[in-house]
Amino acid sequence: MLTRHSIKSTPAKSVGLLLAGLVAVGAFIASVMLGSTDIAWPSLWAALNHYDPSQVPHIILFTERLPRAVIAALVGASLAMAGVLMQTMTRNPLASPGILGLNAGAMFFVVVAVSLLPLHTPAHYVWAALLGAFVAAVLVVLLSRGRHGELSPLRVVLAGVAVTAMFVSFSQGLLVIDQQNFESVLYWLAGSVSGRELSLVMPLLPLFGGALILSALLVRHANALLLGDEMVTGLGMQATTIKLLLGLVVIVLAGGAVALAGMIGFVGLIVPHMARGIFGIDHRWLLPASALLGACLLLLADVASRLLMPPQEIPVGVMTALIGTPFFIYLARRKMASQ
Amino acid sequence: MTQSSTLTYESGANNESNRLLHSLWLLSLLLAASAGLSLCLGSFPTQPLQVLGALTAPTHSDLAFIIWQLRLPRIVLAILVGAALAMAGAILQSIVRNPLASPDVVGITSGAALAAVLYLTLLSTSLSTLLSIHWLPAAAMLGALASALLVASLAWKNGISPSRVVLVGIGLAAAMGAGTTLLIVISEDSAAMTAYVWLTGSLYAAQWGDVMGLMPWLLAATPVVLAFSRHADAMALGDQVAEGLGVPILRSRMILLGCSVALAGAAVAFAGGLSFVGLIAPHLASKLVGRNLARLVPVSALVGALIVVNADLLGRVAFLPKDLPAGIFVAGIGAPFFVYLLHRSRGRV
Repeated sequence: MLTRHSIKSTPAKSVGLLLAGLVAVGAFIASVMLGSTDIAWPSLWAALNHYDPSQVPHIILFTERLPRAVIAALVGASLAMAGVLMQTMTRNPLASPGILGLNAGAMFFVVVAVSLLPLHTPAHYVWAALLGAFVAAVLVVLLSRGRHGELSPLRVVLAGVAVTAMFVSFSQGLLVIDQQNFESVLYWLAGSVSGRELSLVMPLLPLFGGALILSALLVRHANALLLGDEMVTGLGMQATTIKLLLGLVVIVLAGGAVALAGMIGFVGLIVPHMARGIFGIDHRWLLPASALLGACLLLLADVASRLLMPPQEIPVGVMTALIGTPFFIYLARRKMASQ
Repeated sequence: MTQSSTLTYESGANNESNRLLHSLWLLSLLLAASAGLSLCLGSFPTQPLQVLGALTAPTHSDLAFIIWQLRLPRIVLAILVGAALAMAGAILQSIVRNPLASPDVVGITSGAALAAVLYLTLLSTSLSTLLSIHWLPAAAMLGALASALLVASLAWKNGISPSRVVLVGIGLAAAMGAGTTLLIVISEDSAAMTAYVWLTGSLYAAQWGDVMGLMPWLLAATPVVLAFSRHADAMALGDQVAEGLGVPILRSRMILLGCSVALAGAAVAFAGGLSFVGLIAPHLASKLVGRNLARLVPVSALVGALIVVNADLLGRVAFLPKDLPAGIFVAGIGAPFFVYLLHRSRGRV
């Protein structure tokens, strides 16, 4: 198991969490400073203290870099937390919002909202995405149950693939029929955190906040869930209730992430494994650590996507998929071998 | 006692070959009817009798041009593409021993698509003097082969386990999908839309040259598949049984896999990513004639052809004046069918 070398003592874990936080702050600052026009320290400092709309670096900072970094950090953190909870609930190392089809469901509903319904404002995207993630989650849960209600790991993944394939091909069809919206939606679908406004985040903040509080309240139950459904009953709540509540958290986190940044895969898969390797399986540490590491990963992937092929920007969803696939295959070879 | 059991066995075999014959006849009739319908319908209205006349006595009229140069090659290509994809799927499902395996799921199609889109974007750059659009099929086949080899080698761990193949294929398909998206996003707008429509799977502007390009692959692969189908059926009983029967497992599996890759790659090369045909057709065919590969392959081919011809007809005439990619309709039926199959297969996977 990856968790064998994880940190054991509480002070060491606190230090580790602090370090992860520092790295996240560093990645955030790097994301703000680096790009096609680099913003130097003095300029950054000046812009934060005395904003001057006549200076180009200041404008770039406030209209482009800052929203971008905030959204990357938020999306990375929420995808990673969703991944942790999904892996716990399904007891499947390969579970994540991307692989189990939640991202695709959210995407399809947004495409429908854009091309069939007169819903073009980003605020509508949010609700469409949440609804889509919900529908996909229900479908995957229904499909991944075997005849006796058991969740076989391969089946869960296949259910995700089936749901993803369905929603992706429907979205493709809609986009080919309705070509005028093609360009904007395509870039959005590929997963990107650029060119988004901070106002997009506002309607999501209460939702993310609620999800955060709910998951904080349920950490002990999530820990018990790892040991088996009976352990949860021991804590005085039905396992089904806990799973429903955690499922709600997952849907809000994953759907919100898609509404902000489109399809960004593999963050929810890799980060929980990394965090588990460092901090162990206790959700009290695992959830905050995953949030910080997820934010780091997406911030850094986004910086790399800007710098690798200037002046072209690679959609960050493509970056994460290219980083994440080797890891997925490693997990598939290693963890599924025993089953 | 022995005699009577031999008798029932033989009558059972007779029954099965009758079923095969009936299915083949029925499907051929349906296919001929669909092809005929497709030949008569289109943005340029034509009467069945006129079409028949133009077919039998080709003249230099507009009608003859439409029938011979526009509609007929497209229909024939649809038949060949559907047959190739369906056969590729039937073979794959039989060797991977998973009802959900298809060239799409295990990443062969996405490999072909990535290579083809890469080729299309290279064509729009300065290299275009060295390259020609005629090599697009070769690029797609190469991509299919490379991704199949990659999946097989990454899934290798003391032999190939079917569930590992599926999982590794899913992972690789994601990576190659990301690569394809990257290429589309960074290429110019017009090239991007071309590539996107092509990815959805379209038979638009099919020519006799395409038919001639695809035909040899089908003609070459079909006899090999039929010759090795006995081995596949033995392997379907389990590797140990097959070994006991003297089947060279690894070699047969590799040859069959090679045929499947060649068929899928060739089909993708000429018609783009028509997903789900390789998944649905073998399932429908197995409902008719069972899972025996020698019977399954021809029936699947007919079912696949039927699906693609009708999907293309629908795309061509249902939304006039738009000519929509057939892939939309195939996916529209195929994706829910995939979900349904998964639901049905509970307890087995």
